[in-house]
Amino acid sequence: MPLAQTSTTVPVVVNDDLCIADKGCTVCVDVCPLDVLRIVETDDGGKTAYMKYDECWYCMPCEADCPTGAVTVNLPYLLK
Amino acid sequence: MDEILDGLTQIDCDILVIGGGTAGPMAALKAKRKNPKANVVLLDKANVKRSGAISMGMDGLNNSVIPGYATPEQYTKEITIANDGICDQAAVYRYAQECYGIIQELDEFGIRFQKDENGEYDVKKVHHIGTYVLPMPNGDTVKKALYRQLRKARINIINRYMATRLLTGEGRVAGAICVNTRSAEFLVVRAKAVIMGLGAAGRLGLPTSGYLYGTYENASNSGEGYAMAYHAGAGLANLECYQINPLIKDYNGPACAYVAGPMGGYTANAKGERFIECDYWSGQMMQEFYDELQGGKGPVYLKLNHLAEETVAEIERVLHIVERPTRGHFHQGRGTDYRKQMIEMHISEIGFCSGHSASGVFVDEHARTTIPGLYAAGDMANVPHNYMLGAFTNGAFAGLDAADFIADVDFASFDQGEVDAERTRVLAPTKRDDGIPPNQIEYKTRRLVNDYLQPPKVTAKMELAQKRFEEVREDMDQGMYVRDSHELMRALEASSILDCADMAAAASLYRTESRWGLYHNRVEFERDNDNWFCHTILTKGDDGKPAHRKQDVKPYVVEIAEDEKDAYDKQRVSATVAAE
Repeated sequence: MPLAQTSTTVPVVVNDDLCIADKGCTVCVDVCPLDVLRIVETDDGGKTAYMKYDECWYCMPCEADCPTGAVTVNLPYLLK
Repeated sequence: MDEILDGLTQIDCDILVIGGGTAGPMAALKAKRKNPKANVVLLDKANVKRSGAISMGMDGLNNSVIPGYATPEQYTKEITIANDGICDQAAVYRYAQECYGIIQELDEFGIRFQKDENGEYDVKKVHHIGTYVLPMPNGDTVKKALYRQLRKARINIINRYMATRLLTGEGRVAGAICVNTRSAEFLVVRAKAVIMGLGAAGRLGLPTSGYLYGTYENASNSGEGYAMAYHAGAGLANLECYQINPLIKDYNGPACAYVAGPMGGYTANAKGERFIECDYWSGQMMQEFYDELQGGKGPVYLKLNHLAEETVAEIERVLHIVERPTRGHFHQGRGTDYRKQMIEMHISEIGFCSGHSASGVFVDEHARTTIPGLYAAGDMANVPHNYMLGAFTNGAFAGLDAADFIADVDFASFDQGEVDAERTRVLAPTKRDDGIPPNQIEYKTRRLVNDYLQPPKVTAKMELAQKRFEEVREDMDQGMYVRDSHELMRALEASSILDCADMAAAASLYRTESRWGLYHNRVEFERDNDNWFCHTILTKGDDGKPAHRKQDVKPYVVEIAEDEKDAYDKQRVSATVAAE
């Protein structure tokens, strides 16, 4: 039973320019109750947090606790 | 991160607290303070800093019993009536007596409560009879304040481990089997006592948006506490008394009676008319809400547009900042403004939760379950309508009692075969090459919950649900497939959700009467006090399926007069009042 790749818009958006994941920061990844954020390498060799899994309660600790204001929590499209 | 590793570690502790949301941290603190030598471990599948129902905070105490405003007797009476009489009052009464001490303690932690110009607690009336609602102006700091206390008390915190099964032996609890949500490595924790504070089964029904995680309850509260208690053989009480809440349509925030009500907001029909006297959440109130939605006078709205600007601004300040801060974004996106329009409301998905209703693991006034050494507190334990302050207070009771319990016992021995069997069960979806992903198992289960279990409850529909759940279970057991440890966590949650769905159907079929308004509205049956003025206790039967028994309601501590018993039945506004 093969699996499909279905695309989905994600509610949590991280501004790469502000994100300091390359300095070792993982605050948003650490605090997420649903554990849906991860760190990834960017094209220019840096690092940024991003939303890997579309499983969001839009509760906002990631946005509230981010030390640089890089994280924005939007409402999932299905309910906004 | 997320790759599946092979690993098994065993640790020992005196008291294992599972769930770091609200009840769990307070249980851990109380146990540790009572017995500083005890090794107390607090385990959470998320991160204790931001886990649970109060992840972002809470905008008030819904049920504070503060001297001068309410008495324990009055509160016990109110909750007994609100919960349709099915209530062992000892637990509610003890809560009512001791919650004020917990408020003072929280105050010392730095969590402020609203006071009036005289420095008195500014308690508001929302319930039908008494006055218990206390706003928390800096409610967004709750988790941070709690976390500081946990560090100070040197509680051992283990994050990102999900407990999947309890271990029992010698007729009592022996520990828990846990799995790392980011590596799939196992951790067996031997413990002399285990306190469960795993929250509601909030991911049971599917929200009308269709978004799996758009639930009223924190979506990480997927019912593990209920499932683990069930598989360990504990009794679960009155699961047919579902939680159903009035929410903003499409947004999972409460309406919110506790914030807007005392300031003059109310629930209205499409004509802007008040139709319920009391916005306090009860099954009877939800029945009226449902009737209005279905009866041609809907939709139902939250009405604030008659209030003064400064009042609306104050309501916004609380509702849009503290408990669910994305709420402001939601209204902005919809172009709705409390000042101008009424806000459309709707009925939430169903769940198990005693925080607002009464479906939970059976506990007594010490938070003891039916298994010695095993405790439960907060939304998953069956003390009715206990909300956040109930989670703190009953969590405290659990911690205090567990500290005594461990003094007299050593570790219970358990069958190592249980650990092996659980590893096989947990890892099965990782051993396949392809199959059904957990999100599809979960979606189907929850869609069937909506189709067949959402009240009003119909026997034939619930029996169909059971048949379809069996088919989904077969698919889950034989064909669920995960690619990494994160998906494995979701697979384990899907399993808990299916267990809860089975329990919801079975419990609802067992009680052949209607009670608790909409929560258990069985259309074929009237209320039947002669046969059903009792708890229903669900356990795991010898055939591995839910078994049931009746259990007497303990004699009331606080007597309720005949003419008070139906105070919550008279929810609908009478014609004269509506005309005013």
